[in-house]
Amino acid sequence: METITMTLVQEPELFLECYSVTPDLFAGKSLAEIADLPAHEGKIQWKLGDFFKFEGKAGETAADTKIVVNGNVRRMKRFGQQMTAGEIIINSDADMYIGGWMKGGKITVKGNADSFLGIAMEGGEILIEGDAQNHVGSAYRGDWRGMSGGLIRVKGKAGNDIGTAMTGGTIIIEGDAFIHVLTHAEGGTVIIKGDVEGRVGGQMVKGDAYILGNLLYPLPGFKKVATVEKEVDGVTYTFDQFIGDLGERKEKKKGEIIYGNIFLKK
Amino acid sequence: MSELLIKNGYIFDPISGIKGDKADIAIKDGKIVDKVSSKAQVIDASGKTVMSGGVDIHTHVSGPKVNTGRMMRPEDKFFRGSYRGGIIKQGKRMEMGFSIPSTYKTGYAYARMGYTFTNEAAMPPLLAPHVHEEFRDTPILDQAAMPVFGNNWFCFEYIKNKELENNAAYVAWLLNATKGIGIKVVNPGGTEAWAWGENCTTINDPVPYFDITPAEIVKGLIETNEYLGLPHSVHIHGNNLGNPGNYKDTLDTLRLAESYKAKNKFGREQVLHNTHIQFHSYKGTSWADFESGAKEIMDYVNANKNITCDIGQVTLDETTTMTADGPFEYHLNQLNHIKWANVDVELETGSGVVPYIYDKNIKVCGIQWAIGLELALYAKDLMRVHITTDHPNAGPFTRYPCVIKWLMSEKARKETLDTMKWKDKVIAASNIASMDRELGLYEIAMMTRAGPAKALGLAAIYGSLVKGADGNVAIYNLDANDLPSDPELIEAAFQNTAYTIKEGVVVVKDGEIIAEPHKYTLWTKVNMPENAQVMHDIKEKFTKNYTVNLENYAVFDEHVHNPRAIELDVA
Repeated sequence: METITMTLVQEPELFLECYSVTPDLFAGKSLAEIADLPAHEGKIQWKLGDFFKFEGKAGETAADTKIVVNGNVRRMKRFGQQMTAGEIIINSDADMYIGGWMKGGKITVKGNADSFLGIAMEGGEILIEGDAQNHVGSAYRGDWRGMSGGLIRVKGKAGNDIGTAMTGGTIIIEGDAFIHVLTHAEGGTVIIKGDVEGRVGGQMVKGDAYILGNLLYPLPGFKKVATVEKEVDGVTYTFDQFIGDLGERKEKKKGEIIYGNIFLKK
Repeated sequence: MSELLIKNGYIFDPISGIKGDKADIAIKDGKIVDKVSSKAQVIDASGKTVMSGGVDIHTHVSGPKVNTGRMMRPEDKFFRGSYRGGIIKQGKRMEMGFSIPSTYKTGYAYARMGYTFTNEAAMPPLLAPHVHEEFRDTPILDQAAMPVFGNNWFCFEYIKNKELENNAAYVAWLLNATKGIGIKVVNPGGTEAWAWGENCTTINDPVPYFDITPAEIVKGLIETNEYLGLPHSVHIHGNNLGNPGNYKDTLDTLRLAESYKAKNKFGREQVLHNTHIQFHSYKGTSWADFESGAKEIMDYVNANKNITCDIGQVTLDETTTMTADGPFEYHLNQLNHIKWANVDVELETGSGVVPYIYDKNIKVCGIQWAIGLELALYAKDLMRVHITTDHPNAGPFTRYPCVIKWLMSEKARKETLDTMKWKDKVIAASNIASMDRELGLYEIAMMTRAGPAKALGLAAIYGSLVKGADGNVAIYNLDANDLPSDPELIEAAFQNTAYTIKEGVVVVKDGEIIAEPHKYTLWTKVNMPENAQVMHDIKEKFTKNYTVNLENYAVFDEHVHNPRAIELDVA
């Protein structure tokens, strides 16, 4: 795998949209061509080379390309948007929409990520060493198609609206989360190892939420049906299983009604 | 004194019967003329196809439900807002949205396809100011809008009491108050019934409380339309849209027109226009045995000259459905569980909006696609069968070139059919695979400009290259004597014109907008004596039932952008 290193040399005045920073767009290009790729600051279009210095070499294909981002890119969005393969490592905090609409490959952020992390993601893997904000693995505003595949792991805590309208894939929040988990979900798994404030599984048709900490305010649309043992992220725990959302439409598969599940650690 | 001469193009003008002859078109001061002076600007159209500007008889591009669609679907714009069109002088405009484009994209995209007139398909009278404000912001296109009458309490009462003259006076008053062009009927009685949680799925289901049937409403409105002699006929979206087996209800609706003759001074021959007839041509008893009823419907339309229709072709896209047929949108949302907006418009109508994905891998969508094309290919008189996608209900209007491609090329139809997952089931439930008819440019000109203009009663102004008509011309990069064998090139030619000319001004050159001249709002002005009884009824209903005062109801003059009235006198 070839590695290309981009280092911040000029801070933008506003937030910068780095939608061009993907292994797909870098692959097969020279350093000069990569520096020529577009980036938006508000409505002004710049080139990546106006802000970053590039070293190393891009691979022939996306899968063969690894991008390392150095410097403080806390105010830069959309790294890895729509990427299909390869790898991105960001050695600082990053802003919103990291890995949005991602189909494959891997993104690692060594610091914190902001909101809309991995929204509508279809595949691949995102690892955040710090915290994430709101709308992790959700649908785009107004859309009904959230994360459908892949894995998002946040080592720290996350905000609200985790996995809204999710249809597949897995989100692991190792710290706490706030409200609205798996709202409107029709599939997928969310594991929260810390505490959750409440509103888990509102209008959920299908999907699984595992909560290892406390769920402070559970929704009334769920009822307890069993106590089960389940393996979560490599460790087996005993859970109380709740099904719901009982106020939402229900589908049948092979004569059995499908419910969403919330597993609360005993 | 601006003069323009379009030289040596292949002319297709069904109104004057020109079928691809090489000729010149002269325009002076915005009108088609016999000849111009030697100082005229010359456009060389040799090797190109020349038609009048396109006329869309049925499209939802302006007004409250279109805007509700825009608001509830931010995702319709995503990854689709990068193109900027328009002229540099005014600052290029962002062209946003796919199925519910911004007003600017609407104007530019129609102009790039060679269209210069659109008829907004459903205007809720109470919210007419919104429609007219969007007209003002939609560049280039001349536009008109049809107020909806099929669930209007005034009409219900007048028709039930057989007060034809009073109903006519009310319709004339409302056309004036809303600056509308003609009578639109959506699910007659059914939308009012929806306010009671019910629907009218046949023409004989009584409307709750009013105790009137859809058949009586439609007949009453046809009689009213012909009593007034309006330019367009009654424009119907019938009962039971979109349900298997509804072709029988459609035939029932069409038969209501049997005893009527068109009476007008605008050259219109039909008394009923059945819009998006694809949605009304379904056989079967459920989605499992769903099949095409196109043959039955088109046999009837072919045999009855007092009917016109547009096809409402499904384009196999992700789109946004929006209609004044409130109960239909509720049932659609029960099928796809995405998003649903529902509105009741007081004494007049209702509305619903639901996103919908016509997926070529779903059997029903494939059959719907086949039905629309079958209807056009079974048609004997293409002046009476028009191309639409019921934008955005069956697909966005930007897909018209794709529809033209399917109609002109069996190969293109087969290619699309081959991509379908349930191809064999689509073929079994329709006749599309056995149809080898390929339409020509003359027939496309009938379906996209001459036919719609004639049915709207506007053929003296639009859809024609006869002397005196507006100088609206589309020049396509198509050699009529040597059409490309690759159907994709036909689609590309209809997507972006070589030139679009609006009232003698070149607005599109090589697919780029280069001018945005003034545009008109067309409406029908009926001159008739004031009817004291009707004015009394109007005042009473506004006092008792409406949430607005009568004084604040009508569209203010400053709302109406460049009005151009079609006038008629009723004694």
